[in-house]
Amino acid sequence: MNQEEKIRTPHQLNPTTWVDQYADYLYNYAISRVNDEELAKDLVQETFFAGLNSAKNFKGTASERTWLVAILKRKVIDHYRKSNSKKGKAEIRMSYNNEGEGSWLEEQIADPLSKSENDGIENEELGMAIHECISKLPSKQAKVFTMKTIHGMSTEDICNELSINPSNLWVLVFRARSSLMGCLNENWFAV
Amino acid sequence: MITCEESKTICSKNQYKEASWSERFNMYLHVLMCKTCFKFSRKNTKLTGLCNEASLQALTDTEKSELKKKLDQNS
Repeated sequence: MNQEEKIRTPHQLNPTTWVDQYADYLYNYAISRVNDEELAKDLVQETFFAGLNSAKNFKGTASERTWLVAILKRKVIDHYRKSNSKKGKAEIRMSYNNEGEGSWLEEQIADPLSKSENDGIENEELGMAIHECISKLPSKQAKVFTMKTIHGMSTEDICNELSINPSNLWVLVFRARSSLMGCLNENWFAV
Repeated sequence: MITCEESKTICSKNQYKEASWSERFNMYLHVLMCKTCFKFSRKNTKLTGLCNEASLQALTDTEKSELKKKLDQNS
């Protein structure tokens, strides 16, 4: 299929592959916004349900993933709306301690050079990029890599669960890592 | 002497601190002579750093199959 045909072919929804392909990606997206694992899980689940229910409205102009992320975005906003309406109104909390010098207003302004803030944004993008690359891996490699790197499972446990031997496992990990390097290359390996 | 494939596999293993002493020795010896594997090894370490930085999260397999079950029931 050449590039032009690719653009013309509308995207198709294939809900049976959603969990395997997008669950982790969406979960990371949610967790970086709500900062609560249980809640993030619920939001991902709700997103899938909403996706199923409104599948007929899918026009195919955007990719499946973009479409699901758009739904999740709404879910996150709805969550914050709900939690704010319980209090009656939106509130902004500011903590202020008198110890710093200068006017307090000046101290509240975001520091564009702040390492922690910028890192936060960058790390989130990095996380999404890695998950995007993981979802492109062959399923067995993706599984092994996730179990080893993200869940930090022991080699023995993984081997038992997938009934493979350790040398198989390490070859899978090696292949996964090389593909990931290639996939992340342009944007993240700039040295 | 080990092959490039082996050296790269050991290098990946070493990212999880699970390569044995002799494996590491063989790998370093190989990396000294092989430029490709040297580059691979540097990138691999960088990848480990990136993964740590991103503080990746993922659903476990059981959670995923539960999710799948729920979706099946719903559709």
